[in-house]
Amino acid sequence: MTVEPMSRRNLLQGSAAAAAALPALGEARAAPADHRHARKEEGSMTPVGLTVNGREVHLHLDPRTTLLDALREHLRLTGTKKGCDHGQCGACTVIVEGRRINSCLTLAVMHEGDRITTVEGLGTPEKLHPMQRAFITHDGYQCGYCTPGQICSAVAVLDEIAAGIPSHVTDDLDKVAFSDREVRERMSGNICRCAAYSNIVAAIREVAEGEKA
Amino acid sequence: MRPFTYSRAGSVEEAAKTAAGTPGARFIAGGTNLLDLMKLQIETPTHLIDVNHLGLDRIERTAEGGLRIGAMVRNTDLAADATVRRDYAVLSRALLAGASGQLRNKATTGGNLLQRTRCPYFYDTRMPCNKRKPGSGCGALKGMSRSLAILGTSEACIAQHPSDMAVALRLLDAGVDTVRADGSRRTIPIADFHRLPGATPHVENALGPCEFITSVTLPQPLGGTHVYRKVRDRASYAFALVSVAAVFARDGKARFAFGGIATKPWRSDAADAAAPSGAAAVAEAALNGARPTAHNGFKQQLTARTLASLYRQKEA
Repeated sequence: MTVEPMSRRNLLQGSAAAAAALPALGEARAAPADHRHARKEEGSMTPVGLTVNGREVHLHLDPRTTLLDALREHLRLTGTKKGCDHGQCGACTVIVEGRRINSCLTLAVMHEGDRITTVEGLGTPEKLHPMQRAFITHDGYQCGYCTPGQICSAVAVLDEIAAGIPSHVTDDLDKVAFSDREVRERMSGNICRCAAYSNIVAAIREVAEGEKA
Repeated sequence: MRPFTYSRAGSVEEAAKTAAGTPGARFIAGGTNLLDLMKLQIETPTHLIDVNHLGLDRIERTAEGGLRIGAMVRNTDLAADATVRRDYAVLSRALLAGASGQLRNKATTGGNLLQRTRCPYFYDTRMPCNKRKPGSGCGALKGMSRSLAILGTSEACIAQHPSDMAVALRLLDAGVDTVRADGSRRTIPIADFHRLPGATPHVENALGPCEFITSVTLPQPLGGTHVYRKVRDRASYAFALVSVAAVFARDGKARFAFGGIATKPWRSDAADAAAPSGAAAVAEAALNGARPTAHNGFKQQLTARTLASLYRQKEA
């Protein structure tokens, strides 16, 4: 069976339409001058420069724009998902300066100069990140909506364990090691309403074991 | 969110000065609580002052043998700090019991102290709430109050304080270091930092207008066995129904601080004095004056049982 895990949107729109719908990364949608003037009364547009998946981008944003909305609506990187929009579900998890955060609970303008990795930056359909491959192997999703956040979170979790950052279930704060229990605790900020949890743990375990080998 | 303007402060003094000269301005650090509340229009600042780039992200020894924690130190970094793990383990444990990995990567030491209640009536803008809208009444008093406070409450408010970190800081007798708009500095003892709701539940702490938290200072390490036990509806990523921070000394003495059951991080001298007599005596002393509602009386028994569990844990 052929699986195309990387883009639900490609699947829905057909690849040609999808290609047309993806403008070059880094081009902010230029608002007409009068429109920008009108917005000025609400809150002035603020410039911000980010490095997203290795590419520098420059945007002029209403300061209210969350990092999540900047990624999805301005950069058309729709892999990162909006679930609850209140930091409760983890669907919007991205990696900023090497750390996973909820992109819905931070303003894009607060990230001047930051390096941001989204699920699109981890791997491509042709060259999957080991975590993406493991999620497919272990069927670590059902509807797939939470999956980009789960994968970004899982990649960062393994880095956190490697860096010796303890968790709530670490018995000895000075001895941090991989275990399924650690994964369950550390991934608790990523909700999966299809409850693919046991398969997600299996996928993360496989990558952790691969990294050790 | 309501419209607002945004600026990045270059220094602590500039941050305080900008705040003083901009009505409706708020500081933003991690933003994990403020932005959540702004989306619900519970918080409606007209200007945000980004205070993330002021060099307040260091943890250093004090001349007195304690520890100074910069206000912008992230929860993850504070919990993982080697000195905190060794000398103030109860603080690491409290931090790790709170929120999720993603949130701890963002949330700051200063911001956590200013975290607002999770009372459902505070969050629901259709409901009366004296904390959100002074004088509008309290929807919780006769409402769904299972998660709310039993200690430190008033006729105006029974909202529980949500923080885990602040419970550990209360236990450790931390000081909150601030700078005011006129540039003067002071240290507020954590015991005086959070206020009881009384008739003015919207006034939550001792900070003056535009006063800015620069660091939190811990006194010398206490030694002893540090434990933090949090009881909640889920095994992870939920606010406390009851939490207890404790440091047990070898001679049977101990000190306790409580979360989830009170309107501010809670201490009781009588509870500390009862430590040698055991968990039941500590619980009785700590819960003296408790005023449960029809829904949250269970927190009294849960506190007693959590203490019993802690006593067993320290012996193990």
